[in-house]
Amino acid sequence: MSIQVRNLVKSYGGHRVVDDVTFDVAAGELVALLGPSGGGKSTILRIIAGLDSADQGEVWLDGNRVDHVHPRDRQVGFVFQHYALFRHMTVAQNVAFGLDVQGESKDSQDERVKTLLQVMGLQGLGDRMPTQLSGGQRQRVALARALAPRPKLLLLDEPFGAVDAKVREELRRWLRKLHDEVHTTSIFVTHDQEEAFAIADRVLIIQKGGLEQAASPTQVLDEPATEFVARFVGEVNVFDGVVKGGHAWIGSIETPVNGHAEGTKVRLIVRAYDLKFWVDPQGPAKVNRVLPLGDRVRVEAELLDGAPIFAQFPRRSSLLHGIEPGSRIAVEVTHARAWAAE
Amino acid sequence: MNAVATKLVRTRPRVDTAPLWIRAGVTAWIALLVIAPVVSLVLKGVAAGPAAFWHAVSARGAVDALWLSTWTSLIASVVNGFMGSAIAWALVRWDVPGRRLLAALVDLPLAIPTLVAGILIIALFGPQTALGGFLHHHGFDVAFARPGIVLALLFVTLPFVVRAVEPVLAELDPAEEEAALTLGSGRWLTFRKVLLPPIFPAIAAGMVQTFARSIAEFGSLAAVSGNIPFKTLVAPVYILGQVEAGEPEAAAAVSIVLLAVALALQPFAAFLARRAGGRRG
Amino acid sequence: MVEAKRRVPDAQAKLVFGGIVAYLSVLLLVPLAALVLAVVRHFGDVVEQLTSGEAFHAMGLTLVVAAICITLNGVFGIAGALVLVRQRFFGRRFLDALVDLPLALSPVMTGLAFLILFGRSGALRPVVDLLGFSVAFAWPGVLLATLFVTLPFTLREVALVLEEVGDHEEQAAATLGASAWQTFRRVTLPNIYSGLSIGTTLTLARALGEFGAVLVVGGGIANKTETATTFIHTAVEERQEPAAFGMALILAAAAIALLLFLQNRKAKV
Repeated sequence: MSIQVRNLVKSYGGHRVVDDVTFDVAAGELVALLGPSGGGKSTILRIIAGLDSADQGEVWLDGNRVDHVHPRDRQVGFVFQHYALFRHMTVAQNVAFGLDVQGESKDSQDERVKTLLQVMGLQGLGDRMPTQLSGGQRQRVALARALAPRPKLLLLDEPFGAVDAKVREELRRWLRKLHDEVHTTSIFVTHDQEEAFAIADRVLIIQKGGLEQAASPTQVLDEPATEFVARFVGEVNVFDGVVKGGHAWIGSIETPVNGHAEGTKVRLIVRAYDLKFWVDPQGPAKVNRVLPLGDRVRVEAELLDGAPIFAQFPRRSSLLHGIEPGSRIAVEVTHARAWAAE
Repeated sequence: MNAVATKLVRTRPRVDTAPLWIRAGVTAWIALLVIAPVVSLVLKGVAAGPAAFWHAVSARGAVDALWLSTWTSLIASVVNGFMGSAIAWALVRWDVPGRRLLAALVDLPLAIPTLVAGILIIALFGPQTALGGFLHHHGFDVAFARPGIVLALLFVTLPFVVRAVEPVLAELDPAEEEAALTLGSGRWLTFRKVLLPPIFPAIAAGMVQTFARSIAEFGSLAAVSGNIPFKTLVAPVYILGQVEAGEPEAAAAVSIVLLAVALALQPFAAFLARRAGGRRG
Repeated sequence: MVEAKRRVPDAQAKLVFGGIVAYLSVLLLVPLAALVLAVVRHFGDVVEQLTSGEAFHAMGLTLVVAAICITLNGVFGIAGALVLVRQRFFGRRFLDALVDLPLALSPVMTGLAFLILFGRSGALRPVVDLLGFSVAFAWPGVLLATLFVTLPFTLREVALVLEEVGDHEEQAAATLGASAWQTFRRVTLPNIYSGLSIGTTLTLARALGEFGAVLVVGGGIANKTETATTFIHTAVEERQEPAAFGMALILAAAAIALLLFLQNRKAKV
C-alpha cells in the first residue's frame, strides 16, 4: 500500500499539534517518524489509521482518499505503545481476533495463529493471558495480532518504548527482519534516533507538528535540511562564528563552509566525529575531561575563550595518544554545517 | 501502565463506542424517569403561590421537623466523621484478624433495608427489651426518642465517610511519613501535618454526604422515631404526614426545602471529592 | 506506588479494634438473634401469616419489581455509562448530575413526586389514562418509584470501571476490523463485568429495601401495591408481630446474602 499525506493540520485547544504536514510513503517501505516527544508524530500516525481525524488535509491510501473511512475498513494494522491487548482473552484469542470478526473459519484461524506465534517466537504461549507475559512477549503478541488479518499497512506507535534496553534491541532487529520477509508498508513512531536509523529505509523528522526533513538516514546525517535536524541527530557541537575569506572562524579555528556571504554571522554545527584533536602545546584548546564510554572515548575540552568543545574517538584511536586532562590540543574541523544566525 | 501519562495524552478517538441513538435513548430514559417527577414535585410546591408556600414551610410542625432533621444529621456527620476515619484507618493500616468482618459490617447498611434496620434497633432497645428497660429506668430512652434517631442515622450513614477516606488513605506515600520522622517530627505532629491535610477533604466529602443522606432518611426513622409531633418528628416523616392529611402542596413545599439543601450540598461534596482524590491520576 | 505497610497494632490498639468489632457485632447480631428467636418462638403463626395470599403477593411484587429494575437499569446503566464516559457533548455535565439526583431525594419525596405526576391533575395522567393503566396507588407506580431510586447504581459502578480501563482495547478492535457491536460484546462487556455485578447487587439490595417511595405512591394496599417492606409496616400497625418478624427476617437474610456476595465481588476487583 502506498501512502500520500497532504497538508495535514490538527489542533487541540487552539494549539497546532500537526502543522501542514505533507509526505509520501512508497509501497513496501519501512519509514520512521522521528522527533522529540510531543511533536505530533503519534497524532499523524493515528490520523493515518483513522483513530483521529485531521482538521484539514487529506490522506490517500493506495490512491484512494480515506479521510472519511472508518478505521475498521482501512486494512491498517496498528500496534499501540502500551500494547492494548485484550486482557480477558488468551494470547491465541488476541491474535485471532481480527480474523474472527471477519468471519474466517475456525480452522483457518487456528492455522494462521499457529504460524504467527511460531514466527514471533511465541509458540506454546497461546493459552496464556496477557498478564502472564513479559513486556517483550506482550509487544510481540500485539505485533502478531496486528499482522494476522494481513493488513496492507502496518503502523507502530513507539512500539519499543515500554520495554528495557536489551529487549528493545532484540525487538528492533526482529522488526526489520520481519519487514524484509513480509514487505508490508510500515510506519513507526519513535523519539529514539538510533532506533530510527537502525531500522528505517527513510526517516521523517517531525518537530512541533512540522516535517523538517524526509530522507534516508545517511542523507539526514550528512545533509541535514535544517538546523534543528542537524542538532537533533547525533552529538553535536554548536558554535557561533563569522564568515571571513570563504571560511567560518570560531576564534582562531577555521572551518570549511559554503554558500554564505562574507561577514555573515553563522551558527556552526560540528559533529563529534568531524573533529580531530591532537596534542599541541600551542593549541587553541585545553582538555578538561577524558571519558571512556565503552567503545568510544569522549574528550571534553574548552577553547581559550571558555567555549566548550568535545569530540569522540574510537577507543584505540592513535589521535588519543597523550591526551589527558590539562593537555593543550590542536583542533581541526573536517566537516561543518552552517546556517545563518538571526 | 502510566495512568497519568495516558490522561495527559487523552485524545478524542474517532472510534465512538456508542452511536447517536444510544445517547438519545439514555437521555430520554433519564429525562422521563428523573426530570419529569422532580419538576412536577417542584411545580406543585409553588403552585399555590408564594404566600401558601411560605405558610407551609414556616408552619410550626414543619420548622420543628426541619430543625430536628438538621441537628440530628449534624451530630451524625460529626460522630461518623470521627468514627468513619478511625475505621478507615484500622481497615487500611492495621493487620488484625477481624478486619474482613469489619469491612463487611461497614457495607451492611448499604445492603439492608432501612426499615429492617429500624426494626432491629427497636428489637435491641425497645421498651420491652432488657436493654431498653434498663435504660428507661435510668431516665434515658432510645427507642421512640431522639437518641434513637441519632443512633439510626449513625447506622445508616456508617459507610460514607469510611468509603471516602479509605482509598485516599491507601494511596498515601509512606515515604512522606518516614521523611517527617527523620526530620525529627513526633507521631502526633506527623499525623497533624503530614497525614491529616491530604485526607481531610475526603473526610469532609464523606461528612457532607452523610449529612445529605441523614436529612433524607425515612425507613429506619419510621420505625424508630415514634413520630411524636414536635418532639421526634423528622422532616421526611412530617412530609408523609402532610401527604396522608391530604395536603400535597404543603408536603411538596417542605420537600422543596429539603431538595434545595441536598442540591446545594452536591456541588460542594463533588468539589471536596475532587480535592480529595487529587492524587489519583 | 508503594503502599504503606500494614502494622500489627500494639496491644492497646488491638483492644480498641476488638472492642469496635465486638460492639458492632453485638449491635447487629443480638437484635438479629432476637429476631430469629421471635420467629422461632411463633413459628407456626409466622408460617401461617407468611403463606397468606397477601404475603405471597407482597413478596411476588417485590421480586418482580426488583427483576425489572435490575434489567432496565442494567441496560440503561451500561448505555449511560458508555455515553457519559466515552463521549463529549453539550449537556453532558448536566446529564451526569441528573443521574445522581435520585440519591438526593428522600424516599417520601420520590413517592410524592410520582403521585403528583400521575395523580388526578398530573401532567402525565392523560398519557397513562390513554394507555389504560394507573400509576398512583397501582403497581406501575411502585415499579416507577423503584426504577427511580435504583437508577444510579449500575451506571456509576460501570462508569468507574470504564474510566479505569480506558478505551485502548476498543481502538485496537476497530483497527482489527470489528464492528461496533462486535467490539462492545467481545471487548467492552467482559471488561466491565466486575462493575456490572457490583452495580446489580447494589440495585437489587436497594429495590428489595425500598420503603418510603413505594409506601407513598402505592399506598401499601394489600394484594395490589403491597411490597415486602410495606407488608412489614402494615403488619406492625395491625399488631401482627409474627408476620412482621417473619418478613423482616426474610429481608434481613436476603440482605446478608447480598452483602456476602458484594464482599466477594469487591475482593475480586
